[in-house]
Amino acid sequence: MSELFYDAAPNATRVAPARETERRYPDKPAEVSLFGTCVVDLFFPEAGLDAIRLLEQQGIRVHFPQQQSCCGQPAWTSGYREEARAVALAQLDLLDDGRPVVVPSGSCAGMFRHHYLELFAEEPENLRRAEDLAGRTFELTEFLLKVCKVQLVDRGEKHKIALHTSCTARREMNTHLHARELLAQLDNVERIDHDHESECCGFGGTFSVRMPDISGAMVLDKTTALRQSGAAEAISADCGCLMNINGALEKQQQAFRGRHLASFLWERCGGEQ
Amino acid sequence: MNQRIPVTELASDFKGRAREALADSQLRSNFRTAMDSLMRKRADAFSDEDEREGLRELGNHIRARSLSNLPDLLEQLETKLTANGIKVHWAETVEEANEIVHGLIEAHDGRQVVKGKSMVSEEMEMNDYLADRDIECLESDMGEYIVQLDNEKPSHIIMPAIHKNARQVSALFNEKLGEHVSEDVDELIQTGRRILRRKFLEADVGVSGVNFAIAETGTLLLVENEGNGRMSTTSPPVHIAVTGIEKVVSNLRDVVPLVSLLTRSALGQPITTYVNLISGPRKPDELDGPEEVHLVLLDNGRTGAFADAQMRQTLNCIRCGACMNHCPVYTRVGGHTYGEVYPGPIGKIVTPHMVGLDKVPDHPSASSLCGACGEVCPVKIPIPELLQRLRQENVQAPDHEPAAVRGAGSKYSRKERMMWRAWVMLNTRPAFYKLFLWAATRFRALAPKKAGPWTENHSAPVPAARSLHDLARDHLKNSPIRGEKS
Amino acid sequence: MSARNNILTKLRTSLAGTTPRPDEFDESLVTGPWRYPPEQRIARLRELMEAVHTEVHQTTEGDWPELVAELLVKREITNLLYAPATPHGKQLARAWKDEADRPALRVYDRPIEEWKAQLFNEVQASVTGTIGGIAATGSLVLWPDRHEPRLMSLAPPVHIALLKASGIHDNWYDMMTDQNWAAGLPTNALLVSGPSKTADIEQVLAYGAHGPKELIVLILEDV
Ligand code: SF4
Repeated sequence: MSELFYDAAPNATRVAPARETERRYPDKPAEVSLFGTCVVDLFFPEAGLDAIRLLEQQGIRVHFPQQQSCCGQPAWTSGYREEARAVALAQLDLLDDGRPVVVPSGSCAGMFRHHYLELFAEEPENLRRAEDLAGRTFELTEFLLKVCKVQLVDRGEKHKIALHTSCTARREMNTHLHARELLAQLDNVERIDHDHESECCGFGGTFSVRMPDISGAMVLDKTTALRQSGAAEAISADCGCLMNINGALEKQQQAFRGRHLASFLWERCGGEQ
Repeated sequence: MNQRIPVTELASDFKGRAREALADSQLRSNFRTAMDSLMRKRADAFSDEDEREGLRELGNHIRARSLSNLPDLLEQLETKLTANGIKVHWAETVEEANEIVHGLIEAHDGRQVVKGKSMVSEEMEMNDYLADRDIECLESDMGEYIVQLDNEKPSHIIMPAIHKNARQVSALFNEKLGEHVSEDVDELIQTGRRILRRKFLEADVGVSGVNFAIAETGTLLLVENEGNGRMSTTSPPVHIAVTGIEKVVSNLRDVVPLVSLLTRSALGQPITTYVNLISGPRKPDELDGPEEVHLVLLDNGRTGAFADAQMRQTLNCIRCGACMNHCPVYTRVGGHTYGEVYPGPIGKIVTPHMVGLDKVPDHPSASSLCGACGEVCPVKIPIPELLQRLRQENVQAPDHEPAAVRGAGSKYSRKERMMWRAWVMLNTRPAFYKLFLWAATRFRALAPKKAGPWTENHSAPVPAARSLHDLARDHLKNSPIRGEKS
Repeated sequence: MSARNNILTKLRTSLAGTTPRPDEFDESLVTGPWRYPPEQRIARLRELMEAVHTEVHQTTEGDWPELVAELLVKREITNLLYAPATPHGKQLARAWKDEADRPALRVYDRPIEEWKAQLFNEVQASVTGTIGGIAATGSLVLWPDRHEPRLMSLAPPVHIALLKASGIHDNWYDMMTDQNWAAGLPTNALLVSGPSKTADIEQVLAYGAHGPKELIVLILEDV
C-alpha cells in the first residue's frame, strides 16, 4: 500500500508519515475546474452553483467537466478497492489537464489529496498523476481563504449560526479552521459553539446504512446539539454531513436546518464586490 | 433502566448488543460522562501542541524501531532477564500460556493467586482457567475486582468498571459481599482495600502484566496508581508476569517518552503514582520480594499481524485507551458491545488477528472513519487506515490468495460485489451517469419513501429538480467569465 | 522450546530482507520542555506532588526528626517502621532516645515471611530515604534494599520519605543518564508520585487504594 509514506521495502516496519508541514499555496489562478461531487450533484446542486458563483466573483473562470461523476469514496470506504480504483481512474483521466481542482466537500477533496495515492500506490505512472492531482486539489473554503485570499463583505442582517466541520476537513485535510475564518469575516454573523463540536455527525458514508442504530444515535446527538446551540441555522462545508443532518432533522420534524457554506456566503456576499 | 449487563445475557452479535446498549440510558450517560472527562484530562495534559506532536513522533519511532528488530530484541531480553534471575517462558497460544502459568502455580502448591491488572491475562481468560482447576485467581485492581465480582468482563482497558456508577457498585457490594456500604466512593474503595489486603497477605502467587519489557537491562516496567501492582509483584513468594511479545523496547531510556505518552494519554496524569521497574527476584541478602519471577511471552496472533507490514503497526499499541475515550462509537455503545477482550478502535484492529476476522465480522464496519482515534494515538497507529484495510480483507472472495488476516472474506457477498460493479459502470461511463442524473431528477417524485436503513433515522432523500451538471452547464454558458461548454 | 522457535522463526521470516531501523532517539524531546532553573525545582516538585494529595514539608538535615515526631503525634500514630542501619535511621534513633512519649520504633530485620501479618496489620507508618526526586513529574525515586525493603514504602498506611533538595533532578531522563541506570538496576526501582489512589468508580478520585493513604515528603534543604 502507500509505500510512498513509508520505507521502500514492502515488508519493512513502517513509521508514521512525517507531520504535514503547512501547505504552500499558489497565487490565484485564472481558471479552475470544479469537482461537484455526486452528493452535491444530485441533492445539493445549488451549493455547487453557489461555489461556482463565489469563484467567479473572484474573477476566476470556472470549468465544470461534464464527464465527472463520483470520486470513488463510497467503494473505497466499503473495502471495494478495485471498484474504487476504476472510478478514481476515470476522474484522474478527466482532471488531467493541470488546472487547479476545487471541491466543495472536505471528504471528496480528501480522496483526491490522500487516498488516490494509496489506490495507485503500485502503478508508477498513475501514481505520478495522482500526486499531481493531489498537489492542485483544494477544498473550497481552503481555496477561497488561502489562494484567493478573499475579503468578504457581509450584506446580510444580524444572524447566528453554528458551524459543523466534517471529520475529513478536520483530521485529513487540516482545513477545519478555514470555514471559521471565512465566517469571521462576516460582520453580522455570530458563530456559536455547539456541544461536542468536534464530534462526528455519524454519517461516515455507508456506515450510516450499515450501522443505522449507532449512526442514528450520533446524528441525534449532533442535531440536538446544533438545535440547542441558540443558532438560527447550521452551516457546513460538507454535503455528506448535511445530507445526514438535514435528513435526520426532517425525520424528527424539526424546522431547524443545515446549509452549505457556499450558499450561505453567496447569499450574504453575492454580487459584485 | 438496566442495573447491570452481565455478559451472559448480551445479544450474540455486535449489532444486537449495540442496540441494547443504546437503549440503556444509564449506561450511555455513564460512558458519556466518563469519556468527556478523560478527553478533557488528556487535552490538559498535552497543552503544548508541538511538545505533544514531537513526543508522539518519538513514541512511534521507538515502537517501530523495536518492531523492526523484534526477534533479536526478544532474544536479548531473554538473555538479560535470565542473567537477572527471571525465568522466561514462551507461548504461542492462550492454552499454552495458561498451562505454563498453571504449572508454575502447581509447582508451588498454590491455591490463591492475586492478580494486578493485565489485559493479556484477559486474553487468556486466566481467571476461569484457574478457577476450573480449583485455584482462586482474584483481581486486585479496584475496577477489575468490581467487574470480576459481577461476573463481567472489563468494558474499558484502563477503566474496567467505567460502565458502572457508584450506586451500582454499592448494590453489587451489598449483594455479593454482604457488606452494607453506602454509595460513597471512598467508603466503597476502603471496603475493597480491606478485603484485598487480606488476600495480598495470603496469596501464594502474584500475577501481573507488563507495560514495557526493557531488553537492555532485563527489566519489566509496570505503571499503576493503586499499589495493587506493587503488592502483587512484591508480597507473594512467586511473581508471574504475562505479556505479549510486542511489548519489548531496546533501551531503558526508551521508556521515558513512552511512559509519559502512556500516562498522559490514558488518564491525563503527568505520571502514574507508581512506576515499578522489576529486574529480578529477591537477592540473597534482601528481606522481601518474590523468590521467583517468571515472564510468559504470549503470541496469540501477534506473529500473524506482524507478517503484514501494514497490520504490523497494530503492535505499536501501548494500551493507553485514548482511542476508545475519543471514539464516538465506543462512547455510545460501551465496551461490552464489542464482545471481545479489547473494545473500541484498538479492539477492532487487534482482535481479528487474535480470534479471526470471521468471529468479529462487524467490527471493521462499526466506524464512521471520523479519525478521532488516529488523531490521539500516542504512538501514531493509523487506525482508520487499518480499519479500511480490514474492510478490504472482509469483502475478499473466499478464494482470494493468501489472506493477510485470519478469517478474511467473512463479509464476502456476490450480490454486493455485483452492485459495486454496476456502480462502477455508472460512474465511469459519462453517458450512463448523465442518464442516471436525468432519470433521478426527472422522476424525483417517485423517489422511494423508504430507503432501507437510511430511513430509520432520516427522511427519504429526494433528488433535486435539476442536477449540478445541468445547472452548471446552463450557468457557465451565460457566465460573464465563460466556461467550458463540454 | 518449540514455541520459542516458532515465534522467532515467524518473526524473522516476516522481516526477511529488511534492516532494523536506526536509533533516532531525540533526547531533546524528553529533556528540553522539562528543564528548570535550580531555584524552581523544589517548587515544581511540590506543586505536582501536592496536586495529588502529597504532604510536602521543607525542613533541614538537623530538624527533620523532630518534624517526623510532630507529624506522627498529630496523627496519633503509635509506631514507626525505620531502618536503623542507615545514616538517617541512626539520626532518627538519636532523636528518639530520650523522648519517652514518641511512637514506638520498629525495624524490618527479618525476611517478610516471618512477620508479614504484623507488617500488614500493625505497622502504622514508615520512614525511608530516597535516591532523589524528579521535578518534571513530581516524583520520588526509591531503590529499596536490604535496609529499606520493598514493602516498607508500600504496606504501612503512612509513608514518610526523605528527599535531599540537592537530589532533585529536572527530569527522569537526566536522572537515569546522570546516574547511569542502564549499567545496572536494583531488584526493584520505583518512581513514587503520591499516595496510592484510584479513580475506578465513576472517575471519582479516592486515596489509599492499596498502598499508603498518606505520603509525606520531607525535603531537606541544607544538604
Ligand atoms: S491504539 Fe493507540 S490510542 Fe489506542 S490504546 Fe493503543 S496506543 Fe492507545
